[in-house]
Amino acid sequence: MDFVNAIILLLNYIFIPALTYGSQLALGAIFVTLIYGILRFANFATGDMMSFGTMATILFTWYFQSLGVSLGVLPTALLAIPFGIIFMILYMLLIDKFVFKYYRHQKSPPVQFAMVSIGVMFVTQAVVRIIIGPADRRFFDGEKFIIKAREFKEITGLNEGLALKSTQVITIFVTIVLVSLLFWFLNRTKTGKSMKAYSDNEDLALLSGIDPKKIVLVTWVIAGILATIGGALYGLDKSFKPFTYFNNMLPIFAAAIVGGIGNPFGAFLGGYVIAFSEILLTYAYKKFFMYILPESMEPNSLVQLLSTDYKFAVSFSILVIVLIYRPSGIFKGKVL
Amino acid sequence: MMVLILMVGIFQSWNIALSIFNLCLISAVMTMGANIQWGYAGLINFGIMGYTALGGLAAVLISVDPVQEAWRAGGFDILMSLWLIVVMVLVIRFVLKRFEKSKIRTYSIAAIIISGILLIRFSSEPGIEAIEAVDPAKTGFLGGFGLPIIFSWIVGALFAGGLAFIVGKVALGLRADYLAIATLLISEIVIAIIKHEDWLTRGVKNVIGLKRPAPYEVDLQTTDWFINLVEKFNSGKLSVIENLADKQAALNQLVIEGSSVFVKLCYSGLFLVVVIILLILTQKALYSPWGRMMRAIRDNEEAANAMGKNVVKQHLLIFILGSAIVGIAGAMLVTQDGLFTPGSYRPMRYTFLIWVMVIVGGSGNNFGAILGGFVVWFLWIEAAPISLFLINFFTAGIPETNALKAHLIESVPYFRFLMMGLGLLFIMRYRPKGILPEKIEIK
Repeated sequence: MDFVNAIILLLNYIFIPALTYGSQLALGAIFVTLIYGILRFANFATGDMMSFGTMATILFTWYFQSLGVSLGVLPTALLAIPFGIIFMILYMLLIDKFVFKYYRHQKSPPVQFAMVSIGVMFVTQAVVRIIIGPADRRFFDGEKFIIKAREFKEITGLNEGLALKSTQVITIFVTIVLVSLLFWFLNRTKTGKSMKAYSDNEDLALLSGIDPKKIVLVTWVIAGILATIGGALYGLDKSFKPFTYFNNMLPIFAAAIVGGIGNPFGAFLGGYVIAFSEILLTYAYKKFFMYILPESMEPNSLVQLLSTDYKFAVSFSILVIVLIYRPSGIFKGKVL
Repeated sequence: MMVLILMVGIFQSWNIALSIFNLCLISAVMTMGANIQWGYAGLINFGIMGYTALGGLAAVLISVDPVQEAWRAGGFDILMSLWLIVVMVLVIRFVLKRFEKSKIRTYSIAAIIISGILLIRFSSEPGIEAIEAVDPAKTGFLGGFGLPIIFSWIVGALFAGGLAFIVGKVALGLRADYLAIATLLISEIVIAIIKHEDWLTRGVKNVIGLKRPAPYEVDLQTTDWFINLVEKFNSGKLSVIENLADKQAALNQLVIEGSSVFVKLCYSGLFLVVVIILLILTQKALYSPWGRMMRAIRDNEEAANAMGKNVVKQHLLIFILGSAIVGIAGAMLVTQDGLFTPGSYRPMRYTFLIWVMVIVGGSGNNFGAILGGFVVWFLWIEAAPISLFLINFFTAGIPETNALKAHLIESVPYFRFLMMGLGLLFIMRYRPKGILPEKIEIK
């Protein structure tokens, strides 16, 4: 019985939260990796683009709520996401047309692109804050829990409760669907394959008649979808605050590089690597050991490897280690 | 630029003008540091925030009086941990030197590091708890050395240079945009440590009331020569007032204002000295054979390498030099504020804004860097009043109650981000070398 309790404890406090957080990171990381692989620059505006998409989703959610439209037990935001995506894609294409296109034609070095993306970061941050303000916002409605901790205890008779938030299930479900669709698109369709070819070798791809304009367009469209959904899911699960989104850029970068930048599958797994290591290393295992060890061996301290204050530092340290020892990432991305 | 600051002095107040001017000077120092790395050598360093914070930490560690009680409570444990760290580093060095490169060596080094960290964590925990328990509302940390805070400017440079040495050893081999990401993340780690190691830095509880190199306002207000000085300066204004009591009240008011202006002027003087010294040094370096070599390395690394220049070593050197200058600026910043708030170090303000200054001012040109620091910081501060004026101007026909206008006026503080972003984008597009481009005289 104690053993089952211990497992439930880990599921509740480590596995499910890490899986959710990892999914949110993974979507962002694929976004970074696609931009890097195809447009060839590190996009420092990642976090703020995600917050722009989320903002659009929130505005539509409010609009639907004022109309009285809702999805019953599901959050209204799910209905608003497609409209948010359209807005996001339009904004990205606008930025591409007025900012990035010029440097692409100039064949500027990646550093210059990165600098330009910092300009975009400032502008996007301003736009988001001017439109919706810097405050912390919750836009979740509908049923909050699928299983509550107390109910779970009553049903199973265990000491430990397992709480399952509906946002966690939605996040994981949407991520799986979206990522499978994306991989199907990249590996099976003609456009997807030509994107891969363009990413591998631009000149060869151009020679074989691939239209670069179309590739860029499709990339921004996919990026818009990923950014909006990733951002909106994070906002639903936690809350929307522009500053947090800007900060999330860092673990997202870490995930993309750990997975091997330019490699979407690596980025997907990288998200989970980062999320799990952050939570595994900062969790206090005292209760877990109390269940599985005999009473005489129970630990006195919290059995915590690092204090939770260092959550971000964990993912950055992993990144630094990967950069030093295996700069192409765990799953071979572009060699640097 | 000076005219703009003078205008602020005349229209807003001299106090505001001087505080803008002081921060402009500090920004100029930071920008010079970043400019050395980016403009001279083409190294991209997004970790400016980390070096700034280390400079600030130096100011705390140098100037605060040591907390004797805390040293008694946990000093021994902390020294033991430091000793353990030194032993760990030596053991790793020994293993690296003694054994040939192999998988076993890599794993054993990893094992040494992990077990070392665990050992240090468990051995230092009681000491840290004891230190943090010593009067936590006031101290709760080890304190510093109780020296004049001016020394911290040099120590800050040493701290930042030391960190840059480690970072440079680790990350300088990376390609440009990876170096940017790696330095950004490392600076976040530094901030996380400063924020949460309360025994060293008091963390988010902040350190306030640091010593000053300049006199205190309260002391000045009671000093005779200062009151006489203020009286002399404002004799015209004072002579108009007939009533003696009113005259005294007016004089008091002027002395209070004048004292804070005077203190700020003292800081300006000190900062100006630093800026001028750095400017002379960096100018000399830029036109020296060493500067020519750096430009050669920047423009064509392989050719420079083939000419027998040690690219790796020079990159490391310039990375350390630039970071050390940023460290000086960090210590200056804390000196002028008189307080150390680890929570306020954010990449937006201390990394990206500095980069905007470098790019806008003109990379590779020291005067450009200073100009960038002044222009961008001035706009950053005055963006809110300027945009408020613009909004009122363009929406003059719309009634005050209009929701859109009210919303815009409410979000005035965020227009500074818009200004910075647009400014950066326009400069990058139409004047990619900055306002004052790099000028290289070929003799």
